[in-house]
Amino acid sequence: MLRKDSIKAIALSLLLFAVLVGLWHAATVPSKPLATSAPDAEYAALMGKAEEKSNGFPSPSKVGQAFVHYLSDPFYDRGPNDKGIGIQLGYSLGRVALGFLLAVVVAVPLGFIVGMSPLMYRALDPFIQILKPISPLAWMPIALYTLRDSSVSGVFVIFICSLWPMLINTAFGVAGVRTDWINVARTLEVTPLRKALQVILPAAAPTILTGMRISMGIAWLVIIAAEMLVGSTGIGYFVWNEWNNLALPNVIVAVTLIGIVGMLLDLAFGRLQKLVTYAE
Amino acid sequence: MSPYYVAIEGLTKVYPSTDVPNPRVFEDLHFHIDKGEFVCIVGHSGCGKTTILNILAGLEKATAGVVIMDGSEVSGPSLDRGVVFQDHALMPWLSVRKNVCFAVKSRWPRWSADKIDTHSRQYLDMVGLGQALDKRPSELSGGMKQRVGIARAFAIQPKMLLLDEPFGALDALTRGNIQDQLLKIVQATHQTVFMITHDVDEAILLADKILLMSNGPNARIAEIVEVTMRRDRNRSTVHHDPQYYRIRNHLLDFLVNRSKTCAESAPGSVHDARHPPLVRPGIDGDWAPATATVLPLPIERDKSSRHLMHAANT
Repeated sequence: MLRKDSIKAIALSLLLFAVLVGLWHAATVPSKPLATSAPDAEYAALMGKAEEKSNGFPSPSKVGQAFVHYLSDPFYDRGPNDKGIGIQLGYSLGRVALGFLLAVVVAVPLGFIVGMSPLMYRALDPFIQILKPISPLAWMPIALYTLRDSSVSGVFVIFICSLWPMLINTAFGVAGVRTDWINVARTLEVTPLRKALQVILPAAAPTILTGMRISMGIAWLVIIAAEMLVGSTGIGYFVWNEWNNLALPNVIVAVTLIGIVGMLLDLAFGRLQKLVTYAE
Repeated sequence: MSPYYVAIEGLTKVYPSTDVPNPRVFEDLHFHIDKGEFVCIVGHSGCGKTTILNILAGLEKATAGVVIMDGSEVSGPSLDRGVVFQDHALMPWLSVRKNVCFAVKSRWPRWSADKIDTHSRQYLDMVGLGQALDKRPSELSGGMKQRVGIARAFAIQPKMLLLDEPFGALDALTRGNIQDQLLKIVQATHQTVFMITHDVDEAILLADKILLMSNGPNARIAEIVEVTMRRDRNRSTVHHDPQYYRIRNHLLDFLVNRSKTCAESAPGSVHDARHPPLVRPGIDGDWAPATATVLPLPIERDKSSRHLMHAANT
């Protein structure tokens, strides 16, 4: 029954995709060559656009060609302004991974402290509440001035935007560990470190992972913007560069790939979350 | 130094509150537990039974009074006192085996993994869970979970076992089976046990001594009932013992009729908190007429029996 439903859902998705591409195609059919004057035609020929006249938005076939072009050789490297799209994605993922890991290293232990001590919670709460709503990009000038390196600043921006959801969720998860389990650990005279790692951590793990999943989603949104702003590498820089070249098909390719990578990241964290979730 | 294995002296608990007056949950409790003795505590909700158990476990602090076990004061949780929690408190991310291993490793940190595993299996076999070692708690029935909790508490071989109404959430059939198992294990190991229960039959089946609590606030130990039946009882025959219904009627009379009045008549009465009356309804007969609503405390006879007990102890 469920299988049948999922087959239907997949079929419907494919149909919707086909309809959308069809509409797109219909809307971007090259308009018939107008009766242009001779000098215009000559000019067009000089510019290498004699055969067709674009009405702006690229057609699906153009975008398809761009896809084939970029995906057939994703990892070439011909100087700073001409790298394969795989390499660009790799740069972005690398920055996200680094910033995210730094945030894990800071947020999880700090979240433990905040979650276990009501005093620390109340002391740190104003800072968290003020720092949390700041757009990560607003940190960029401060980071650039202080760190004096655009790449490191990108990592810092990822770090700062990943920090808050993880910190808040870790604190929430740690504070919510059932007193029964804590009491079991107490009656067994479990050492504080063992209690933290073998009782509180697994008990709070699902909540912590939820925080990480949210952080990863935000980090992937922010890295594109950050690279558009200051990058010389990365998929965000690629998008900005292709926009400056007015190569819209390439932009569409990049945007689609950003979406797919984001989805894969979220799926991966969903899997991790399933691994640590327990049924009571 | 107290001559008893576990001595509870002057235990009082007040929860911090802004209410005026802020009544005590219970006050000035005195009782003792001998080595190998099974003590049940019976009383209505709100008389602080769980608080008493938590203080014995070291999980809560008393407002006044001390608990002395095996010559030293209880000042915090310890491996000397194993606790079976009301809703089992198993860690759901660990298998049954790992739950017990966790406790065993806490008790004997230097043991090899093999030894820990063998020891844990032995106790899981004892409660009849040898077949469910690698299941998660969520895959077990309520009764099985509670048996894991019991195995975990026994596995660390504590000096005293504390059971907080462990079978309260189970159906009658499951409850009976686990009671049988617990009875067998306790008879075999001579474990010292302190247990909370609402079930009068359970208390009679398992206990050597039943503490009857008057209603809270200001709850106190109204009586200590000695269960004078043979120690090697079992569930299928215990109710054929002529003493059984005498004890049972006495307990029910207390819970239905006298638990309220004990608290009210306390000031100025002859109730001596240091030596709550010790009664043996199984031997002395059912003195309480079933129709009476308010009964006088059986002072005279109880005093004499208490003196008897004191003579025996000294």
